[in-house]
Amino acid sequence: MSYVGIVLISHSPKVVEGIKDIIRQVIHDVPIELAGGTDENEIGTSIEKIQVAIDKAYSEKGVLLMYDLGSAKMNAEMAIEMSEKDNIKIVEAPLLEGSYVAAVESGMNKSLDEVVKALEKGF
Amino acid sequence: MDNLQVEHALDWMAKTNEKIQDNKEYLTTLDQAIGDGDHGINMARGFGEVMKKLNGEAYQHAADVMKDAAMTLMSKVGGAAGPLYGTAFLKLSMTFKGTDVDYATFSKGIEDALNGVKQRGKAEIGEKTLVDVWSAVANALRENEGFDSEVILQSAKSGMEGSKDIKATKGRAAYLGDRSIGHLDPGSVSSFYLFESLAEVINEGA
Repeated sequence: MSYVGIVLISHSPKVVEGIKDIIRQVIHDVPIELAGGTDENEIGTSIEKIQVAIDKAYSEKGVLLMYDLGSAKMNAEMAIEMSEKDNIKIVEAPLLEGSYVAAVESGMNKSLDEVVKALEKGF
Repeated sequence: MDNLQVEHALDWMAKTNEKIQDNKEYLTTLDQAIGDGDHGINMARGFGEVMKKLNGEAYQHAADVMKDAAMTLMSKVGGAAGPLYGTAFLKLSMTFKGTDVDYATFSKGIEDALNGVKQRGKAEIGEKTLVDVWSAVANALRENEGFDSEVILQSAKSGMEGSKDIKATKGRAAYLGDRSIGHLDPGSVSSFYLFESLAEVINEGA
């Protein structure tokens, strides 16, 4: 069985590692990939890291990108534009709480659109 | 200057890099006041990498110079300036591609770059972002009929100075609300350096 994959994008590698730990306490099977910090692991975001995380989290059910602050969203959008896949979405929701809800929904075998809808309703 | 040639494009990037490196601390100080304090460091790293890339290649067309600058900035800057300047240079490259970069083409390139930046950052004029400088220059170019260094310099300057007394509603400074008033926008200042450099290239190429 495949699940909607989730990519966590933050300016800080520590932030996404912590969020993944919290989610993994409860949800084990949903792919969660991290794109925290710049290429040098400094504060910032990296298109390349986001692209790699998308590829790793990808299944035929698609991938959801969650982000923290402005430039993370811009880099997420560019990573999507550069990828050749089409079922990738970005959601506006708090990174921690939103990712948690997304993982729970994905774990219930929901489709990408259903997960997005749950997040839009919840936040 | 009638056309922006490869050597002009290379010189433009080199002069911009010099100003960014010389003013790295100043940009950082501006960004510490109303942002996350990394604009000087990020821009200096990004343009340093751009120069490394450009110095290692032989170019046939200004469009390819702009494209390599775009790709380098996107992957090396790290902060919001990466996707924004990256998008601007990518648009310039797309507009310049396959044609002589005469004044009309150049002017359209700046207009396209402005629209790309607005779309990427979901920003409009008057939000205390680099859009304020790019739109001031785009307007000035539209109203003129030939490469004029003074027109470019003065419009960029007015856009930059105009960013000081308004409230930020986009970017990290927007979190500060009214406290952002009275500070220059760091992105507007780095964009000013870019256009100030262009004005110098035009002067030397005239």
